[in-house]
Amino acid sequence: MRGEASQSRSAAGGTPSVPARVVERVYREERAAIVAGLIRLCGDFSLAEDVVQDAFSKALERWPKDGVPPNPAGWVATSARRRAIDLVRRADRFREKAALLRRLGEAEVEASPVVLPGEDGPHDDRLRVLFTCCHPGLSMEAQVALTLRVVGGLSTREIARAFLVADTTMGQRLVRAKAKIRDAGIPFRVPAGPALEPRLGTVLSVLYLIFNEGYAATESEELVRSDLCTEAVRLARLVVELMPREPEARGLLALMLLHDSRREARVAYGEVVLLEDQDRSRWDHAMIDEGAALVEEALRQGRVGPYQIQAAIAALHARAPAPGATDWPQIVALYTVLERICPTPIVRLNRAVAIAMAGDIPGGLEMMDALGEDGSLDRYHLFHSARADLLRRLGRTRASGEAYERALAVCSHPVERRFLKRRLSEFGEPSE
Amino acid sequence: MQYMLLIYDNESAAGEPSDAEMAKWHEVTQAMQEAGVLRGGEALHPTTTATTVRVQNGETMTTDGPFAETREQLGGYYIVDVPDLDAAIEWAARLPSAGRGPVEVRPVMVFDQG
Repeated sequence: MRGEASQSRSAAGGTPSVPARVVERVYREERAAIVAGLIRLCGDFSLAEDVVQDAFSKALERWPKDGVPPNPAGWVATSARRRAIDLVRRADRFREKAALLRRLGEAEVEASPVVLPGEDGPHDDRLRVLFTCCHPGLSMEAQVALTLRVVGGLSTREIARAFLVADTTMGQRLVRAKAKIRDAGIPFRVPAGPALEPRLGTVLSVLYLIFNEGYAATESEELVRSDLCTEAVRLARLVVELMPREPEARGLLALMLLHDSRREARVAYGEVVLLEDQDRSRWDHAMIDEGAALVEEALRQGRVGPYQIQAAIAALHARAPAPGATDWPQIVALYTVLERICPTPIVRLNRAVAIAMAGDIPGGLEMMDALGEDGSLDRYHLFHSARADLLRRLGRTRASGEAYERALAVCSHPVERRFLKRRLSEFGEPSE
Repeated sequence: MQYMLLIYDNESAAGEPSDAEMAKWHEVTQAMQEAGVLRGGEALHPTTTATTVRVQNGETMTTDGPFAETREQLGGYYIVDVPDLDAAIEWAARLPSAGRGPVEVRPVMVFDQG
C-alpha cells in the first residue's frame, strides 16, 4: 500500500494484522473514488484529501479494537464526510458555508466508484478528478504531481523522492496547484465535444510522462522510481476502463505494458542492454500478450493515433522470437504512418534506424545524416549512438568511434554512459 | 465567477486596427452581451501615452512609458462572468488579437461579506 497509511504494520513489525490489511486494500482500491466523490460535493481538493486521510488514520486506530465494519469503504467515506462537515462548520469562510454544508449533509458519499450523471454526461468521479488534475491551466509538473497524489494516492514524500526534489518543494507544488484549481475556477468536469480530444491527449501524456520517469530510472534510483511505471499502468488501466471508446487510451496502456515487459532484461550489471542483445526469456510474456491484444483491439476501433502505432511497433519487437526474426519492413511501414501524424526529428530518426535494420544500411545512414544537418538532434545522445551503430555495421570504424565520442559528450545518464564507454573501448586501433 | 481577460498585443505591429478587425471586435463583444456574460471592458491608448508612477520615501516619481518594456503590451481588457475557467478560456480564444498576442485570464477576487 502507498501513502501515509502504510504505517499500518502491526506493532510486532511482522505481517500486518487483518484490519490493517483491509485498510490497505480499501486505500489502494477505493481511495480515489472516495476522494473524487467528496471533491464533487465540496469542490475543494485539499479538504477532500485531508478528511479522507484522517478517515483512514481513524480506521487504523479503530478497526483493530472495534472490528472491521461490514462495509469498510462505506465507513471511511462516511467518516470522511462527517469530518468535512465538521471542518466546514469551523471555517471562517461564511459565504459559501451554508450551501456547502447542505450538500455534504444531504449526500451520501459513495463508497465505491459510481457513474453519476452531471452536466458533462454520465462519468465516473475518478475520471472527472483525473481531467481536473491534468487541466492545461496547470503546469506539466503540477499535473503530474497532482495526478499521482490525488488519483494515485501516493504521499507527497513518495512523489518528491520519485522526482528527486525536496519534500517541501513537492509539498509547495501541490499546495499551489490545488490553490489554482480553487481560485481560478478550474472545473471538475470531463470536457465534452471537440474539447475532449485535446484534453484526453493531455491526460494521456501526463500518464506517459509518469511512466517514462520510472522507466528511465537509473540503477541507484530504481527502487524509488520503478514504482512510477506500476502506478502509470494502473492509471492507464483506469482510463481504459472508464473510457472504453477511446482507442488512444488503449494504445497507451498497450505501449506501457510492452515496454514494461522488458524491464527485467533491459539492464544487466548496471549497463543498458540493447533490444537485440536482451535475453528474451526474461521478458514478461503475459504482459506482452496483454499489450499485443490491446493494440489489436485499439486498431479495430478505427481511429489510429500515435500511441497505437508506437504500441504496434513495440508489439512487433516483443513478438519476435529472436532479433533476426523481427518484421522490420512492417516496422518501417508503421514509422512511415507515425511520421505522417507526428513529423518530429525523433520519429524520423527511428524510421531511419528501421530502414537500416530492414536491410538498407546506407539508406538509413543517409537519412540520419540529412536529419543531423539542422543540428536539432546535436544534444540527443541516441542520435549519435544510432549513427555510430550504422557506421560500425558498415565497417567505418573511425567515423563510428567519433560518433560514439559525441554521444558520450552529451549523455548524462550513468547507465547509458557505461554502455557507450564499453562500445568505445571495443574499438582497437582506428582503421579506415 | 468573474474573470478579467487582459489583452496583450504587439503595438508596433498592430498599428491602427483595420475595419475588418474592428468588425471582429464588435462581433465578439456583441456575442458576450448576448450570452449575458459581459461585465465590463475598455480599450487603452498605446503605451507611448503611458506614465508610470512610483512613490519612494514619500516622494512621487514619474517616468514616461509603461512599467515594463516588453514586446507585447496590455492593450485592453474584458470582464466576463462565466461558470468556470474553461468558459473564460473559450471567450479569450475568440478575441481577434489572440492569434497574434497572448490573452491573460485572471480570476477577479471576490471578498467575503461575512
